[in-house]
Amino acid sequence: MAAIDLGSLPALPAPPAIEGRGPWQLAWARLRRDRVAVTCAIFIAVLLLVALLAKPISVLAGYSPTDQDRVNGISPDGLPMPPSVHHWLGTDNLGRDLLVRIVYGSQVSLAVGVGAAVVAVLIGVIVGMCAGYLGPAVDSILARLMDVVLSFPFLLFAIALATVAGPSELLEIAVIAFFSWAAVGRIVRGQTLAIREKEYVEAARSLGAGPLRIMLVDVLPNLVAPVIVYTTLLIPVSIVFESTLSYLGVGIIPPTPSWGNMISDAQSYYQVAWWFLLFPGLALILTTLAFNLLGDSVRDALDPRG
Amino acid sequence: MARFLIRRVLTGLLVVWLISVIVFGLFFVAPHNVAQLLLGKFAAQNQQLVQSVTHQLGLDQPIPVQYAHFLWRLLHGDLGYSYYSHQPVTTLIAQAFPVTASLALGAAVIWLVLGVFIGVLSATRPRSLLDRGATLFALAGLSVPTFVLGLLLLFVFFYQLHVAGVDLFPGSGYVPLTTNPGQWAMHLVLPWITLAVATMAVYVRLTRGQLVEVLGEDFIRTARAKGLREGRVVYRHGLRAALIPVVTQFGIDVGTLLGGVIVTEQVFGLNGLGRMSVQAVTNSDEPVIIAVVLLAAVFVVVANIVVDLLYAVLDPRIRLS
Repeated sequence: MAAIDLGSLPALPAPPAIEGRGPWQLAWARLRRDRVAVTCAIFIAVLLLVALLAKPISVLAGYSPTDQDRVNGISPDGLPMPPSVHHWLGTDNLGRDLLVRIVYGSQVSLAVGVGAAVVAVLIGVIVGMCAGYLGPAVDSILARLMDVVLSFPFLLFAIALATVAGPSELLEIAVIAFFSWAAVGRIVRGQTLAIREKEYVEAARSLGAGPLRIMLVDVLPNLVAPVIVYTTLLIPVSIVFESTLSYLGVGIIPPTPSWGNMISDAQSYYQVAWWFLLFPGLALILTTLAFNLLGDSVRDALDPRG
Repeated sequence: MARFLIRRVLTGLLVVWLISVIVFGLFFVAPHNVAQLLLGKFAAQNQQLVQSVTHQLGLDQPIPVQYAHFLWRLLHGDLGYSYYSHQPVTTLIAQAFPVTASLALGAAVIWLVLGVFIGVLSATRPRSLLDRGATLFALAGLSVPTFVLGLLLLFVFFYQLHVAGVDLFPGSGYVPLTTNPGQWAMHLVLPWITLAVATMAVYVRLTRGQLVEVLGEDFIRTARAKGLREGRVVYRHGLRAALIPVVTQFGIDVGTLLGGVIVTEQVFGLNGLGRMSVQAVTNSDEPVIIAVVLLAAVFVVVANIVVDLLYAVLDPRIRLS
């Protein structure tokens, strides 16, 4: 038997290093494989880009969102014009370019939608965690508070507040956040109640950690997954809420375009100008659909059992 | 049981009272002069008139005193007079209530029955075409804002049909049930669908998710093992257990119903409580606003108590205490 000449054999490839993959990496990998999630994320990214580039887009189109085109934008009878080379998505009842207005409207929807969702989640997490961790006395007060907020006829109240305080974008964020945090609070409270009974919390307590430290170090990190899911799903709800307020005339004040007030204008013209109703409506539906689908995928990725 | 009811009714009253304080506070902090508003152009000519009207309405008294008067009258079934139409608020509510009740009840029946039924179908056939269709429908329903759906339905089922020469569904208005039941329903079909779809989507998802879980439990296997028909297993044993979160959701949705009603009534021109309250807000008609908000809050509280009672009926393991 001839000795094997080790030197003549091709060198074996080094065995791949075994990587530890944390739950976050696993979730990220699952999310990236999810075609629906990727499509929605791309759509949202494009929308964000469009919102940021609204000004350059309006310059390219040649119209500002409030320019009234009396030549090509309005028919001799004073009606909106259908999509054409001058106005790709047609015009509204004042001869304003729908494309440019929809682009500007996306700024409102994203700013209010994301802003309100983030504020609501922040308040909801703080209140929910306090209600869940600080014992029955604090809990019963905070739980009643959440009950009161949840049993408000919120849309009516939002309308009333807007008429009292004068409608504005900031007020919209405040109103939407005010009526959304309690739902988050309830979920966080339930989760916190479960977490506080875990052994590691007991261990931290017996080591002398105070309530604030336990809430921040032991409870909060375990709330991140449900909070991310809830934030993603709260954004489309806030966007719909914003557009509803604008539709009812207590949100964004014309002539500043928002998808809601455009649809409100279109209501009187849908029999003669389908594009006037359809395009802002479509923008709104596609945006909320994208956020909802993405939220669903994020939940699946973080909790594959669900 | 009796103790439970008493406690729930008391906390319910507390919630309603808190809301009345908040509404009252909110509107009386509002910086505007009601008397000036009522008198219109007369106000500028006669400052004394403004003062006497303000006095008549009791608006020159401290806010806590005003609130006490309001509460006293409320306990006697008197909600005051509308600043705008000068009619008793109770009369206005009595006029608008049937419209809103017809709209809300019909929509609730549609979303409950259809939502749960589609949920069951899709839970018993997981990953089938029907299941996927239902999931997609649920997501789409959640994503379409009520007013957009209403306007699209109007465009297709009122306007396009009208153009095609078929006038099946009217574009707006309301016919009382007692006048003509057929016309009543025809006027309400599109509003019902508009109001029901978004909520229905939630029920499809909820029922499906719950039922899939319940059908994997031991008592279902036992029921199957003793030879029950599959239909009986699913509907009598499975669905009953799966319905509890659905009932919870229903209690929550009654609370948010007024929101949907406001938008739907606005789109379809129905003169119900929703439209009335929006008009009251734009006219600064405080007595009407307060009445509608309180009415809505009472409904939410009652619905929540009913929901708690239903738990015990659905799941004998839950004892009310």
